[in-house]
Amino acid sequence: MNTLFGEKKEGATKIVLKSVDEYPEAPITLGTTLINFTGDWRTFIPVVDDNKCVKCYICWKFCPEPAIYIREDGYVGIDYDYCKGCGICANECPTNAITMEKEEK
Amino acid sequence: MEYKPIRKVVSGNYAAAYAAKHARVEVVAAYPITPQTSIIEKIAEFIANGEVENLQYVAVESEHSAMAACIGASAAGARAFTATSAQGLALMHEMLHWASGARLPIVMVNVNRAMAPPWSVWDDQTDSLAQRDTGWMQFYAENNQEVYDGVLMSFKVAETVNLPAMVVESAFILSHTYDIVEMIPQELVDEFLPPRKPLYTLTDFDKPFSVGALGTPADYYEFRYKIEKAMEEAREVIRKVGKEFGEMFGRDYSQMIELYRTDDADFVFMGMGSLMGTVKQAVDVLREEGYKVGAAKVRWFRPFPKDELYELAKNVKGIAVLDRNFSFGQEGILFNEAKGVLYNTDAHPIMKNYIVGLGGRDFTVNDVKKIADNMKAIIEKGELDVEVDWYHLKR
Ligand code: SF4
Ligand code: SF4
Repeated sequence: MNTLFGEKKEGATKIVLKSVDEYPEAPITLGTTLINFTGDWRTFIPVVDDNKCVKCYICWKFCPEPAIYIREDGYVGIDYDYCKGCGICANECPTNAITMEKEEK
Repeated sequence: MEYKPIRKVVSGNYAAAYAAKHARVEVVAAYPITPQTSIIEKIAEFIANGEVENLQYVAVESEHSAMAACIGASAAGARAFTATSAQGLALMHEMLHWASGARLPIVMVNVNRAMAPPWSVWDDQTDSLAQRDTGWMQFYAENNQEVYDGVLMSFKVAETVNLPAMVVESAFILSHTYDIVEMIPQELVDEFLPPRKPLYTLTDFDKPFSVGALGTPADYYEFRYKIEKAMEEAREVIRKVGKEFGEMFGRDYSQMIELYRTDDADFVFMGMGSLMGTVKQAVDVLREEGYKVGAAKVRWFRPFPKDELYELAKNVKGIAVLDRNFSFGQEGILFNEAKGVLYNTDAHPIMKNYIVGLGGRDFTVNDVKKIADNMKAIIEKGELDVEVDWYHLKR
């Protein structure tokens, strides 16, 4: 049921459920994370240095937002629509491949 | 396969541990607390002896973490179990909401123990009843056999309606007292309780989703309603599972309130847990002496057995509610609930609340007899002396 499992953000629209019967039994995501762009909360942005990255994906696991994705070449990319600039990824990266830089708006 | 019970002499805690083993739990995360400790020690022993396969024991640093680990395991699809008592249960409180809100059928044994201060390790139901509104089902066991049976049935009920369940036993009176328990051969337990079919599973990597994402005012309300619907459904499931258990293993649990000699009773004693064993014995004695009394043991406190209570209340003149618990500023918790259920019905027996046994205070057949005399006088007079009677108070 696609009300439960969001696709990609291009297709993301707010899902409005009209009757209680349309709700899933358990409060698993209704796509709220997908449509809620958390990217405008931040002051700092993570910047990844592919030369230092060893593709361990620790950052991907630790990121609390859907902001880190795995690129086709296996390195990690940051989706700045969702990155809230918390810095967890930079803190957890074992090779210091991620630095937090002040964002120029 | 023909059912031949395996009789073992075990404590209430060991009965709980064996039931968890026979339910083939996959994850146990627990922290030791008196008087629960021997439950998880026994489970650790099963693992150490190689008596169980596929059982992960997670040693945690607190009860809050124990429940958190169970939540993670259950969300991933495992059958999860834990056990606690009093202060430990209180520490878990936040996580209890998480388990029910995420609709995870975790089963926990809580050994009823009084809350401190004063520090106490003895029996008192206020710890579990304080978790009344967390969305957990609650089963109160009268004896060690009911602890064992309760755990097995609770898993089945919980996994049918996707809500967590608590099996409650008395500190020391059951937890550390040995009694004969009829255990069920593993193959028959497996037949009664097949592997869990989770509502969702976090390890299904083809369908990623998040559990417990933000629920705005536009959606939160509906999820609360769904929990209540599941609780309502649970009443029927409990009766059905209780009946099936009776048909398979000879002990019928189809009634959410067990009635004992209530048929022609003028008044009944109502209560929960181990003290009802004493009450039943007292009913036999009182019947011999000509009193028309019976006992009504509330097995499931959540969901609350409204229909059963109404049926009972229609046919008696009085109900003595025995509460081994107290809600400060009001009255005994079972008393409060029972009165509330009957208010909008045409059943209005005289109801009196006796606060008994708090913090492990001894409650005997003799006490029940004294209460019977008091109830009899009240019914004859047609009015209450006091509504809430601190029965044991040193005056
Ligand atoms: S800064 Fe925070 S939100 Fe942004 S990518 Fe790193 S962990 Fe994710
Ligand atoms: S944690 Fe660092 S090394 Fe590992 S994948 Fe992320 S950026 Fe690369």
